[in-house]
Amino acid sequence: MRITPKLATLLVLAALVAITPFFFPSGYYYRVGALIFVNGIAVTGIVILTGYAGQISLGHAGFAGIGGYACALAPVHLGLHPALAVVLGAAVSALLAYLVGRPILRLKGYYLGVATLGFGILVSMVLNNERDLTRGPDGIDVPELGLRALLKDQGLNLTNGEFWYFFCGICLILGAWIALNLHDSPAGRALRALHGSEVAARTVGIDVARMKLSAFVISAVYASVSGSLLALQNKFITPDVAGFMHSIEMVTMAVLGGVGSVLGAILGAGILTLLPQVLTVFAEYEQMVLGLVMVLVMIFLREGLLPSILRRLRGRGE
Amino acid sequence: MTRTDKETLLAVEGLGIAFGGLKAVNDVSFEVKPGEVVSIIGPNGAGKTTLFNMISGVYRPGSGRVRLGGEDVTGMAPHLLARRGMSRTFQNLQIFQSITVLENAVTGYHLSERGPILADLLSLPSSRRRARAAETGARDLLARVGLERAAEREAGNLSYGSLKRLEIARALALDPKVLLLDEPAAGCNAVETEEIDHLIAEVAASGVAILLVEHDMKMVMRISNHIVVLDHGERIAEGDPAMVSRDPAVIAAYLGADAEGIHADG
Ligand SMILES: Nc1ncnc2c1ncn2[C@@H]1O[C@H](COP(=O)(O)OP(=O)(O)OP(=O)(O)O)[C@@H](O)[C@H]1O
Ligand SMILES: [Mg+2]
Repeated sequence: MRITPKLATLLVLAALVAITPFFFPSGYYYRVGALIFVNGIAVTGIVILTGYAGQISLGHAGFAGIGGYACALAPVHLGLHPALAVVLGAAVSALLAYLVGRPILRLKGYYLGVATLGFGILVSMVLNNERDLTRGPDGIDVPELGLRALLKDQGLNLTNGEFWYFFCGICLILGAWIALNLHDSPAGRALRALHGSEVAARTVGIDVARMKLSAFVISAVYASVSGSLLALQNKFITPDVAGFMHSIEMVTMAVLGGVGSVLGAILGAGILTLLPQVLTVFAEYEQMVLGLVMVLVMIFLREGLLPSILRRLRGRGE
Repeated sequence: MTRTDKETLLAVEGLGIAFGGLKAVNDVSFEVKPGEVVSIIGPNGAGKTTLFNMISGVYRPGSGRVRLGGEDVTGMAPHLLARRGMSRTFQNLQIFQSITVLENAVTGYHLSERGPILADLLSLPSSRRRARAAETGARDLLARVGLERAAEREAGNLSYGSLKRLEIARALALDPKVLLLDEPAAGCNAVETEEIDHLIAEVAASGVAILLVEHDMKMVMRISNHIVVLDHGERIAEGDPAMVSRDPAVIAAYLGADAEGIHADG
């Protein structure tokens, strides 16, 4: 069997998920790992939207907010199982992405960035202000997913940290598999083509507005699932999940690691999730560091860390 | 060469467009039939590319009609025209730079390889089958334009002449009824030009209606069934190559070197 880039990426991810726990100094790091995977899922969606299709969203945290609060609200108000709440959140996010994206993506240019900025702010405002429903800025409890107890009945006894680490890791690998499938498929090729030249894409028959809309909806589902997993593992969620900073974080992680590469973007998520854990000063200066990372990457590593490194290695190999 | 008596495939009727005050194309009409090569010639800035952009739906015409197979397609979006059998290349290369040469050619098969996006996301056998069929077709086309050995290279790294041929391969992948070629031989050496010349003749012989813009007069005179001459957006002459090359208005519009080119082969 030939090792395709797709298989290689999946093998690397699986190895990372399986092997890194052996090096954890304490149980706390399972939680950090799970956070990296949750961010990695959101960032994989950004790869599809920005890396493949060349479109920018500045409000993707809005979809993470919808996914997160779906897990808090749907079990209480609709009596849904939390797992079904994840699906409901994803469906609502997809529908909203469709409604926002449809009129916007017919236009040429950077309107999506502006529209999503507004969308993110709107979701964030609703979550902060509709206290009767969301309890406002203080956040709200999220029910237990229940899968860990189920596994325990089957004789698989995991700590809470271990469970979320492996569960989110598997979800990330699944998400990466889907994004990599898309990359080499007819639809993915059409996305990457319209990214290169819209006019040429249209003349070969690609319905550019519709393809961009598909990418936007798919990436919204990734962000939504990421928000749901965050809420479920914390058993708590605050409106920060939908905040502007979180949107910027997603884009920065993807751009830092390499927005055209699934593995690269996940690497970016890893670095920027780990930094504040290792360097406590980072938390204070987070906004500054994010800004600095963006500027430096754009100047020195336009393609992002991983693609630049791979290119250099390949250049030396020849 | 005489024009065939087949049904008209592409009809342009009184087409015009203005940018600000400038009438870039004004009241231009002509017809193209299956298997014919109709050339549009004229000095720089005459409005040839603008005419192509209107026919292919990139610009919405200010006046006039475009008919494709009898259907009025004026101002129709390019991707819908592609579904009706229209395909084109660009004077200022429109290549998908950061993907491979092969993938560029495969995009030409978009209409035959596209399917439910869910199948693509899950890489279902149906999706892989569609992609494989398109890839096989694309490799054949690359061989036809002499690019089979560059298939796996990133398109942005190819020479200008190779990219010109890649655009032709991508346009042919649509299996078009009407093919619009905007200066396909520009920047190509003599050997490449002759290859493109043969390729166009071959495609026309298979029944495709070809509309050609080209500055290489030898090539134009050799392969055109019919020539339309534009100057300052107006049609100043029309006819078979021999007629056009003798036309005093055409010689006046061209003057100098190009006019000699016209005489040499007319
Ligand atoms: N989008 C546009 N906006 C404004 N002016 C335009 C536009 N497109 C073309 N023009 C103008 O229309 C005229 C015709 O240009 P066009 O590109 O069609 O000429 P052409 O015959 O293709 O020339 P060439 O042989 O140099 O390719 C020129 O004066 C050009 O500047
Ligand atoms: Mg031109």
